[in-house]
This record gives sequence, C-alpha cells and structure tokens, in this order.
Amino acid sequence: MGFLRIAAAAALLALATPVAATAAEGELTFPPQNWSFSGPFGTFDRAAAQRGFQVYSEVCAACHSVKHAYYRDLGGIGLTHKEIEAIAAAVMVPSIDDDGQPAERPARPSDHFRAPYPNETAARATFNGAYPPDLSVIIKARAGGADQLYNLLAGYAEPPADMKLGDGMYYNKYFAGHQIAMPAPLSDGRVTYADGTRASVEQMARDVTTFLAYIAEPEMEVRKRLGVKVVLFLIFMTGVTYAAKRKVWADVH
Amino acid sequence: MAGLHKSEFENPVIRWVDSRLPIFTMMQKEYGVFPTPRNFNYLWNFGALAMVNLVIMIATGIFLAMNYTPHATMAFDSVERIMRDVNFGWLLRYVHANGGSMFFIVVYIHLARGLYYGSYKMPRELLWILGVVILLLMMATAFMGYVLPWGQMSYWGATVITNLFSAFPLVGDYIVTWLWGGFSVDNATLNRFFSLHYLLPFVLVGVVFLHIAALHITGSNNPLGIEVKGPQDTLPFHPYYTIKDSVGICVYLIVFALLVFFAPNYLGHADNYIPANPLVTPAHIVPEWYFLPFYAILRSVPDKLGGVLLMFGSIGVLALVPWLDTSPVRSARYRPVYRILFWVLVLACAVLLVCGGKPPEGIWVVLSRVATAYYFLHFLVILPVLGKFERPLPLPESISRAVLADGGGGGPLPGGAAAKPMEKA
Repeated sequence: MGFLRIAAAAALLALATPVAATAAEGELTFPPQNWSFSGPFGTFDRAAAQRGFQVYSEVCAACHSVKHAYYRDLGGIGLTHKEIEAIAAAVMVPSIDDDGQPAERPARPSDHFRAPYPNETAARATFNGAYPPDLSVIIKARAGGADQLYNLLAGYAEPPADMKLGDGMYYNKYFAGHQIAMPAPLSDGRVTYADGTRASVEQMARDVTTFLAYIAEPEMEVRKRLGVKVVLFLIFMTGVTYAAKRKVWADVH
Repeated sequence: MAGLHKSEFENPVIRWVDSRLPIFTMMQKEYGVFPTPRNFNYLWNFGALAMVNLVIMIATGIFLAMNYTPHATMAFDSVERIMRDVNFGWLLRYVHANGGSMFFIVVYIHLARGLYYGSYKMPRELLWILGVVILLLMMATAFMGYVLPWGQMSYWGATVITNLFSAFPLVGDYIVTWLWGGFSVDNATLNRFFSLHYLLPFVLVGVVFLHIAALHITGSNNPLGIEVKGPQDTLPFHPYYTIKDSVGICVYLIVFALLVFFAPNYLGHADNYIPANPLVTPAHIVPEWYFLPFYAILRSVPDKLGGVLLMFGSIGVLALVPWLDTSPVRSARYRPVYRILFWVLVLACAVLLVCGGKPPEGIWVVLSRVATAYYFLHFLVILPVLGKFERPLPLPESISRAVLADGGGGGPLPGGAAAKPMEKA
C-alpha cells in the first residue's frame, strides 16, 4: 500500500503546484482581506454590494464597462424589481427606430449594462490611448482576485523620491511596475452613502470590490449551496457503497 | 435454428435480440463473469475512473457546444453567456474545465500504476501502446479545448505550441501556416480547433475500445505481477469489481465536486479571463498544469529543435518501455532497486511539473535539466541495464496462495460464486 500513500501525496502536490506557479508571476503580494464571499459558505454582503454598485455607477462607470452584466442581475444583491426597473429606465441604450435609423430608448432590466463608450477605438481616443478594461470578470482575471483589486484601489500614494513617473502615469503600490494610467479614482467622501456609512477610500474600495466580485460570479451563492448538498450526498453514497463492497467481498476474504 | 446465436437469457425480449445480435452474451462474458485477478488494490480503479471521466467530458461537451460560438470575435463572450444565461451553464462549463484536469490526474495515476506493477510487459505490450496513443490523443484534445474560450492564455498558448513545429528544418514554417490556416493564430485556427476538439474525443472512444478489447484478450495484470494460474486466482468482474470500482467512483466524484463547486478556477489561469489580444503578450505564458512537465523538458534544451524532439520523445519513449525494461519480473514489489528508482522517476516528474510553471531562469533551468536528464536516463539506460543486474525477491507461487497467506483466514472460494452470471441483468 506504499504506492497508494505516496501516490496520494503526489496528487496533492499536483494540486498545490498552480499556486506556486501563479505566485511567481509578479513580485507583488496583496495583503489578504476578509471577504464575506470567501470560503465554502461565503455569501455576498448585500449592503456592501449595493454601496459598491453606487460607487461603480458614480465613479467607475465613467470609464469602465461591465458589459456581460444585466440590470436584472442587481436582484442578486437585494434590489427589488421596481428599483431595478427605475435604475434601468434612467439609462438610454442604443436602439433602432421604426425607420431603421439609430435611436435610443430607456433600458429595461433585461438589457446589458450600458458601456460608457461605443467601442474600443472610441475609448482609446477618449482616454489618451489607454483602454479601461471591462470589469465584468475582472476579479477572476487577476491572479490576486478581490485582494488585488481592493489593494490597487486603496494603493495610490506619493511616488518615492527617486522614482520618475512617465507622462500621465500615477504611482500605485499594487500595480506591476508601480505606474498606472488610471488616476486615483477614489478620495474620501467621493460618494455619499444613503445608509450613512462613512465613504473612506478603504470603505469604497471594499464595497466596489464586493460588487464586482458579485458581477464576476453571479452564480457563486447557488454554486456553493449546491456544492454542499452534492458533497454531502456523495459522502453518504461513499459510505453506502463501501458497506455494500464489504458485504459482497465478505465471502472472499 | 441455423444462424441464430444460442442465447442463455430467459427473458423473451432479451433472448430475441440476443439470438440475433449477442450483445447481452458479450456483456455477460466481458463484464459479468469476466475472470479478474482476485487481488486488485484500489489503484486498479483508475481505468474505470478514466472511462467515467471520458463519458462526463463528452456529455458536458456536447451541451457546451450547443451554446458556444467558435468565432474570434464572439467566442469569449459566448463562454460568458454560458456562465450567466444558460441554465446551469456555469455547472456545465466548470465540470468540463475541471474534468480536463481530473482526466489527467486519473490517467497519470493509471499510467504510474502500469509502470510500478510492470503492466506493460509481455503479453500486454500492445495494450500499453494503445494507452500511450490514448494519452497523446488526450493531450491534443485538451490543448485544442483550452484554446476555445479565446482568452489570453488560449491565444498565446496556441501561438507558442503551434510555433514549435517551425523548429523542423525546411518544412517547419509551411507546417505552421498549414496548422493555423493563415499567417497567425486567428479565426481560421479557432474554427479548426473547435472542429477537431469535437472530433478527437470520439476517436478517443474508438482507441479506448481497442484498449479494453486488448485487455480482455490478455486479462489484467495484478499487484503481484504473476499470471493467473486458474479459477482459484480470479473472481467474476461482477459483482466484485463493479462494486469496488463504484467505491472509487464515489471518492473520485467527491474530489471532482470539491473542485467544481468550491474552487472552480483554482487549476486555471487568471489571464484566460482576459479576452485574447494579439497585441499584448502575457508576462508568462504557461500551459495548463498537466502539460507543465513537458513544457519544462521543452525549455530545458537551449536548442529549439532539440527541445521539441525531446518533448515528443518523452512520450515516445513510453511506447518503447515494454522492450526497454529487460527484467522478467513485473511487479515492483519483487524488484527492490526498481521500486526505489520508480519513485525517483515520480520525483523527477514532480520537479518538472514545478519547473514548468516557473520562469526559465536561474535554479529552475538547472533543476529542469537534471530532472529531464533523469527522465530519459531512467527509461533509456536504467531500465535495460537494471533488468540484467537486479536480484528480484522470490515470487509467490500463485495469486490465491499469496492472497490467502497475507489475508489471514478466508478459505477457498465459495461454490458457484466464481461463475454466477448476472441474472438480474
């Protein structure tokens, strides 16, 4: 049985390796935060996600799209259908009128979030050649996940005296090379929260990260809940099957 | 009646079919009463697990293909649409994506088991070679599947791997252009990869069928590595091994479910959630984890053609193992030196796996060179020489004797248990 034991260890090693591989990718490390949505039973903090939606709408949405998300997805962070309809209706989305001419109409909950620019070229023309990435899956598209986004948003600082920044670049402790084209998007009191939470940079960074984590994985809570049931069922089945195996083999051993 | 098969089934419908097309008799023979060595350990589960995994991949893949759009401008978005809009699309995609990883875990263990217990030796050489063909087909299929989401790693992985063929003198560049269907990885490449990714699994099914057909001619090897000498050494496949495989399948599904539901992106690469961009090269282009050992071998050679040949050679050498290993003893249990060197080989593969994920500089280059050297040394030098000099431990007389000796108690097989057909089929 030596083979079995060592083979199990090898399998674990194989599973652990990708972590080592990704850790080597940047010299940056991101101080881990406590997230409501981490862990096998994690759920999205609804209030934080709603505040984060406000930060996204009032700050990020000026430059960044979340083109894979629908307005109806806001139901998943606790907004009512009426609220979602009102939010959507306040946005005009491109359409085609009865004469076949380009037109605009108020958005419906079934529409995708409207992007701040019609296409990538238009975005680059507006943003001095830079392209603000779509944020739909940004949490999954960064090896550091939510921790990386949070630290980046809260990581703006004065550059060290010996560092010379490029034209139109900003210093950030948590961006590769420490130079980022995005100016610090958040400052204390940048938004006014309806629930009275003080809008510090850290608070807003945390809230909008929670919102974007939801947008990246709107299925997460369903997935984890289903996962708990599936794993419990499989453990039960393993027990039943093993008992049956013992019984079948009893006359051989 | 002339021309009809004499069926032993009593159910009139089954009997009618079986007399004309004896598939029930065949199933009964190959999976019901099929005489199987009585001393399998749980490592003999992994063939069945690979079969289950292949079925899961094909089933989820067919439904994914219904919702996927193989076009360079739409592929990435269509995958996100599967994740968000298709009912349980996220489950389909995560099962399929992690199923690829599970498939390689299972097959690598299956392969290691074959190496440890000498399952490749006479008369099972062709069975083993078919296994190597299966591995190659799996790799081609997995590689092309990883390209389909059209993220950054899809695109750049496809670029790096297809470019390997340019190392061949004279024809290299023509081969690459031919593979791409153009002058860079683009929509034509994506389309043909999708087509082949759908085709190859069915080719795989065909080769798996041959693999099992060959297995049922020679019969299975077993942990002792000695041949079955008579009915006292075997058990009917059903119910003994159907139930033992079921236990393994349950445990396998638990590991699978933990990945799918709680860490679905753990084995993936974050960059593949960034849409493919031919103008931006990722800082480190790395393949999926199961290719990392081969990637490390490729990069351990300073010469491009040499690296490519060595990488393909690392799989090719497996096909030659039945003739490279000169020892008449199969199981490592009775080969005291080989047993140690087997684990050195596993260690070398693990080192290659780690090195493949690191940037090719400093200590990682040295380590991957040492591990690559050992890998080839093991197969090309140690296996042929060791068989001549190693003094094997005494082999047990027969499977039943060995089993009953260390099983403690038991006794002879109860009457009838060995030949009872599955009556309830």
